[in-house]
Amino acid sequence: MTTDFKPISNGAAIALADVPHFSLDNFACRALHLVSNGGKVVQFFAYPHGDRLRFLAVLRTDTLLTATCDAPDTYPAMTATCENFHLFEREIAEQTGIIPRGHPWLKMVRYHANARGVADVFGNDYQEDIPGKYDYYAVSGDEIHEVAVGPVHAGVIEPGHFRFNCIGERVLNLEIQLGYQHRGVEPLLLQAAPNRRPFIAESIAGDTAVANSLCLAQAIEALSGMPVDAGAKIIRTIGLELERIANHVGDLGALSNDVAFLAPANYCGRMRGDFLNMSLLLCGNRFGKGLVRPGGVRFCLTDDIRNTLVQRIAELKPQVSHVIDLIFSTSSVRSRFEGCGRVSRSDAEKLGLVGPAGRACGLPYDARRCFPTEHYGNLDIPENAEATGDVYARAKVRADETMQSIRLIESLLRHPVETHCVDGENLPLTPDSLVVTINEAWRGELSHCILTDETGRILHYKVKDPSFHNWNGLSMALRNTGISDFPLNNKSFNLSYCGFDL
Amino acid sequence: MIESILLWTLAIVSAPFFAAVILRVKAFFGGRKGSPLLIHYYTLAKLFKKGSVYSTSTTLIFKLGPLVSLGTAITALLFFPMAGRPPVVSFSGDAIFVFYLLGLGRFFTIAAAMDTASPFEGMGAAREAYFPIICEASMFMVSILFYRLTGELSLSAFFSGNQPAQFWSTAGSPMIFVIIALFIILLTENARVPVDDPATHLELTMIHEVMVLDHSGPDFGLIELGAFSKLFLYSAFIARLICPFDFVHPALDVALFAAAVLLVYIAVGLVESVMARYRMDRVPKFVLTSFALVFFAAVITLEFAK
Repeated sequence: MTTDFKPISNGAAIALADVPHFSLDNFACRALHLVSNGGKVVQFFAYPHGDRLRFLAVLRTDTLLTATCDAPDTYPAMTATCENFHLFEREIAEQTGIIPRGHPWLKMVRYHANARGVADVFGNDYQEDIPGKYDYYAVSGDEIHEVAVGPVHAGVIEPGHFRFNCIGERVLNLEIQLGYQHRGVEPLLLQAAPNRRPFIAESIAGDTAVANSLCLAQAIEALSGMPVDAGAKIIRTIGLELERIANHVGDLGALSNDVAFLAPANYCGRMRGDFLNMSLLLCGNRFGKGLVRPGGVRFCLTDDIRNTLVQRIAELKPQVSHVIDLIFSTSSVRSRFEGCGRVSRSDAEKLGLVGPAGRACGLPYDARRCFPTEHYGNLDIPENAEATGDVYARAKVRADETMQSIRLIESLLRHPVETHCVDGENLPLTPDSLVVTINEAWRGELSHCILTDETGRILHYKVKDPSFHNWNGLSMALRNTGISDFPLNNKSFNLSYCGFDL
Repeated sequence: MIESILLWTLAIVSAPFFAAVILRVKAFFGGRKGSPLLIHYYTLAKLFKKGSVYSTSTTLIFKLGPLVSLGTAITALLFFPMAGRPPVVSFSGDAIFVFYLLGLGRFFTIAAAMDTASPFEGMGAAREAYFPIICEASMFMVSILFYRLTGELSLSAFFSGNQPAQFWSTAGSPMIFVIIALFIILLTENARVPVDDPATHLELTMIHEVMVLDHSGPDFGLIELGAFSKLFLYSAFIARLICPFDFVHPALDVALFAAAVLLVYIAVGLVESVMARYRMDRVPKFVLTSFALVFFAAVITLEFAK
């Protein structure tokens, strides 16, 4: 082993020729070694190389590491050794028809035909309605009953199917089937005209618009050598933090609502709106759409807007902290949150949980601190790890992060910000290159990965939403938990359906 | 007699109004304006104008559910001495009859839920069948206590005239236990926070609401009206105990009674505003507390009642 996985930087382009290329055995051996020793999978996918396919893996330890290998038609599943690869191998099987032999749970991910037109790994006929031929995991016995929820839900939420195997009120197993919103985002990004890409990225998941457009912008900037001025970086940081606060505050309200604790539910709903309105002031869109573009931002932060934001934050900060205190100091709420839906740290490690869900299980990883982009390198991001892994921990991480983000924005707004606005400049991309961008979206590590071909066109575009890691965390949380606590647990994870479905 | 029938009608007609008071209290604590106090009348009017949809897999039982649950609730009200006036119907032992009348209503609601063969409704039915069993024990303990104090077993003997005041003078402060216990029973039997959440849209957490998911239009209206009447009955129980005074003037009595009932509803709203719901497996402990309280009250009181 003279060569190993190559360290790369977040958001920096690297020539494909510089990425080490191994034989499959060597590749698998090294990747498994890294992940078994505490590494995590950031990206693992197959991309076209000539008329063949190649695997590319991006792993993270304290740095980002990457390597490639030739993809065979079948190979021994890495999941059999390392659970971290589980969904990635299923995704590869679905997208390319490459079979991971001995995969413990080879099931479709999003229910669509593979892009190569080879035989389907799962034997599905895609003319049939989802989930096609799939038999759900079943438990038998006299006292066992099965509850199926969705894909059409009572509230205004996205479609997903949840299958519970229960004994009385206790859940033995929860199986989650998604894919109802699969739109083919990755091929769409591949084909789209350059100036349309940001719009598609912003629509991957409506509540993560800023983080997705930021990932795209950083990747394009790295590939085309576009400079971004310091002011734009500050504004983007503010945009991303506003998105985080609005969603966390909304989640805290929803958690409170799910335990029928009324007042915080109402107040959080209103305050979420107040934070969304700050994004509105910043860029004319409540969800931060249209703020970030490759090369910078489309809207300047004038002193008028800056002062208004400072005033609004000053007004809201005590309110948010008061409502958070109310939630966490009410004993009946604590009794619902504490010990509910516990995920152990070792399970969280194996599943590779990210974001607040991972931090609630004691995994301190935060992309803002570990792989800082934009203005985060100059900021002090605390660890926020909780030990208990229950609903309480997930709520607590959100509450802490909300207050921290408010303080971050306060400090960023203290000084005037100067920037040069951009609007859809298109520079040619560096040919034969790879770039991986990672940002801490409010749900956790969001990553985009772009490969270019020899003419500088995009060869492969890969998106990985944090929910891709975390949905199985929800399944684990529900084991041996009362079925009536499912909505509470679901809210405490609050994962993205469309971000997962792509 | 006519007066009694008038009061009975008034109780049924005003029940939706009182239920709306709870919403108003909750809205106040949530910092909202809240829905109008007549909201439930609008809802009922809307529901009765609609048509009903029946699944082809349901039978007559499903259609009987709403009728029986409303029928039993308003029949039970016939036995209650409103504002201390004599009830419309009364006989010795009617206290037991009223409890089982309500039990019959619940049986038909559960049967109708099971009839749909929906896993949600089956789950709700199981919960609905479980918690009231514990309530029944408490209710019987209350009856035993009241029987010891009055030597009779009918609601009119318990609650008409100046009788509730007699409870206080013989039993004294243990009556506070009885009131708290009855309040817990009220919250449990009527699917209120912290036992159930009437406002939730999540089927998996519901108890009462999930059982009536498949009922629509007028059927659902009947169920709602039945639920309002039942809540009124339990509130009237407590109202008579906390406000056991009688004047000679009927209008004054009715006003005082209405004020006491309103107070109970406001208390329900307060509880719903300031506390979260219990986890499902903690609910039995909560309900059992009511039994323990009445039991203590009975033990303490037996000494005085000799």
